Amino acid sequence: MSIATSTEPHSAESEIPDRPRTLAEKVWDAHVVTKGENGQPDLVYIDLHLVHEVTSPQAFDGLRQAGRPVRRPDLTIATEDHNTPTLAIDRPIADLTSRTQIETLRRNAEEFGIRLHPLGDVEQGIVHVVGPQLGLTMPGITVVCGDSHTSTHGAFGAMAFGIGTSEVEHVLATQTLPLKPFKTMAITVEGELRPGVTAKDIILAVIAKIGTGGGQGYVLEYRGSAIRSLSMEGRMTICNMSIEAGARAGMVGPDETTFAYVKGRAHAPEGEDWDAAVEYWKTLATDEGAAFDAEVFIDAAELEPFVTWGTNPGQGVSLSEAVPDPAQYVDPNDQAAAQRALDYMDLEPGTPMKDIRVDAVFMGSCTNSRIEDLRAFASIVKGRRKADHVRVMVVPGSARVRLEAEAEGLDKVFEEFGAEWRFAGCSMCLGMNPDQLAPGERCASTSNRNFEGRQGKGGRTHLVSPLVAAATAIRGTLSSPWDLETAGEEAR
Amino acid sequence: MEKISVIEGVAVPFRRSNVDTDQIIPAVFLKRVTKTGFEDALFHGWRQDPDFILNRPEYAEPRILIAGPDFGTGSSREHAVWALRDFGFRAVISPRFADIFRGNSGKQGLLTGTIAEEQVMELWDRLEAEPGMSARVDLVEKTVTVGELSFEFDIDDYTRWRLLEGLDDIGLTLRDEARITEFEGSRESWRPRTLPVR
Repeated sequence: MSIATSTEPHSAESEIPDRPRTLAEKVWDAHVVTKGENGQPDLVYIDLHLVHEVTSPQAFDGLRQAGRPVRRPDLTIATEDHNTPTLAIDRPIADLTSRTQIETLRRNAEEFGIRLHPLGDVEQGIVHVVGPQLGLTMPGITVVCGDSHTSTHGAFGAMAFGIGTSEVEHVLATQTLPLKPFKTMAITVEGELRPGVTAKDIILAVIAKIGTGGGQGYVLEYRGSAIRSLSMEGRMTICNMSIEAGARAGMVGPDETTFAYVKGRAHAPEGEDWDAAVEYWKTLATDEGAAFDAEVFIDAAELEPFVTWGTNPGQGVSLSEAVPDPAQYVDPNDQAAAQRALDYMDLEPGTPMKDIRVDAVFMGSCTNSRIEDLRAFASIVKGRRKADHVRVMVVPGSARVRLEAEAEGLDKVFEEFGAEWRFAGCSMCLGMNPDQLAPGERCASTSNRNFEGRQGKGGRTHLVSPLVAAATAIRGTLSSPWDLETAGEEAR
Repeated sequence: MEKISVIEGVAVPFRRSNVDTDQIIPAVFLKRVTKTGFEDALFHGWRQDPDFILNRPEYAEPRILIAGPDFGTGSSREHAVWALRDFGFRAVISPRFADIFRGNSGKQGLLTGTIAEEQVMELWDRLEAEPGMSARVDLVEKTVTVGELSFEFDIDDYTRWRLLEGLDDIGLTLRDEARITEFEGSRESWRPRTLPVR
C-alpha cells in the first residue's frame, strides 16, 4: 500500500468551527475521517497503535477469521510487558500460560508484519514507557492501546486512550475508531508545590476530589502553573491516572518542555518535518475563551504527600490525616463501599495513616517507573538501609530505563539500601507475573490501582509517590519524606 | 453479532458500587488467548465467599445484573465482558458505567442501560423480596421491568441500533474505506512511523 504524505496540516478546514477551541477539540477535529450525523459517532483516525500480549491475541484471531490484514503495520508497535518475569529473563518463562501468551504475540507480530520488542530487547518494557522513549509519542497525535493507562501519552498533548480487544481489532483492520466526541474538563492546578510534594500527590488529590466516576465521559486537560512546572515524567504520571478518575484521556498542552523531551529521539521528526511539526504543535494550546464543559481548581500550595486508605483510587487522604469513618459519608453506597474497603484493608477508622505498618514497597509501574522516578526514589534512600521487615522491589519501566539507571549507579544505591533491582515490566502493579503480594500483605506502591487483590490475592495496596515509597521503606510505616531527619535537604 | 431486542430472566440485585474490572475478572485469568470459557473466572475473588450472591441457588442461572454506580471501572480488559457473557449475563443495569467497559459491552452484545440510583435501589428492594425473580429488559422500548416496577433506561442511540440490528463494527467502517484512504493521503509527514525501525 502506498501512502502519500504532505507537510501541510490536514485540510478539512471547512468542517472546523470558527470559535475558540480546547486542545482536545483541536486534536479531535484534525483526525475526523467522517463526521457522524444524527447521533452517529465520528470516524476518528489513529496515528499510533501500541500493542501488548494480553489484550491482542483475540483481536489477531478475529482478523485471521475474517481474512483481514493489518492496515498500517507502520503505525503499529508491540512489546511484551504484563506477563514478563523481572528475574532470570534469559530463561524460558516458567508459567506456561504466560509463555503461551508471549509466544502468541510473537507469532502474530511475525504473521502480520508488526514491529515487536520482545523480552531481552533494549526497547522492551511497559508499553507506556516505550512509546515516549522512542519518540513515537508526540503532540497532536491520536494514540490507542488495549490498556486503560494509554492516557499517559496525553502528557504530550496527544489524544490517547485505552480500548478493549474488539477495538484493538478494529484499529488493526481500519486504523480508525468510531467514537462520540468527549466532553472536556479543565483541571487547573495553580501555585507552587511544597518540597516533597510531587505529580503523584496532585493526581491522587484530584481523584479523591472528583471521585472514580467524576471524569466519566470527559477528556481532562491539566492546566495551571503547577502543571507547567512539571517535567514530562511528572505530566505522564498525572495523565496516566486520569482513567482512575473515570476519564478515558487526560492531556497537557504542549510547550517547550514537551518539544525538548521529544527532540532527537529515535522516531522524532527531523529537519523540515521537525520545524513543521513544532509550528503546528504551538497552535494546539487551548484558545483563550474556549469553553470547558466542567472545571475543577486545586491549590498546589495546599497539597501534602497523599496516600490511599481504601480499595479504589478515590479513597485517599493526606498522609498527615487518619483513616476516615464510613459513618461520615452521606451517600449509602459510599458508606457501604467505605466499610467494605476498611474490612478488606483491615483498618480501623481514626488510625493515623502514619501508624500503618507495611510489609512491602513496590517502586514501579507505568505511573512511576521512568528514570526521573527512580532518581527521586534514590535521592531519599541513598546511603540508608531499608526497615528490616519490609521487602522492597524496584522495577524499571523499560530495559532502556534500567540501563540508564545503571549508568548513573542507581542500581548500587538500591542494592545497598536492601532493595531488589529487577528487569523491566508491569510486575507487581497487577501481578500477572510471579511478582505478587501474599494474602494479607500490605504494600506501599507507586502504581495506580489499589483494587482488592490487584497486587496478589488478598494483598492490600496503599498508592503513594516515589518519595513516599522511599520514606516508607526506610521507616517501615507509611511515611512522608518530611518525616525523615534531613528531609529538607533530601526532599527536593 | 446476534440481534437483541428483549432479554428476560433471573435478575441479580448486586448491592455494590465501584465494581472494577479487576473484581469482575482478576488479572491472572487474562493470560488465556481464547475469547470464550471465562465463566469460571467471573468475580473469582468474591465467589470464594459461600455467601456471595452468585453462589446462592436462586441465582444459579442469572441473565440480568442490577448494580450500583460506577460499574466496570479500571482496566480496559474486555475479558470482563466476556466473563459476564459466558456466565450467562445479557444485560447490566447501573446508574453509571465506566466508559471503556460500556464501549466493550456494546461491541460484544452485552446490553448496558443506565437508570437513576434511586431506581436501582427500588429494584434491589423488590428483587430481594423475592430472590430469583425474573426481570425483563426491552431494548425496543428501552425499559427494565421487575414485577410492577418499570423504568426507562438510557442507552445511546447508535449502540442501541447496532445491538437491535446485530451489526459488526469493522464491516460498517470498511464501507468508508475510500474516505480512510483519502484521509491518509493528507496526513503530514512528521507524524510518527514505527517502520522502518530507527
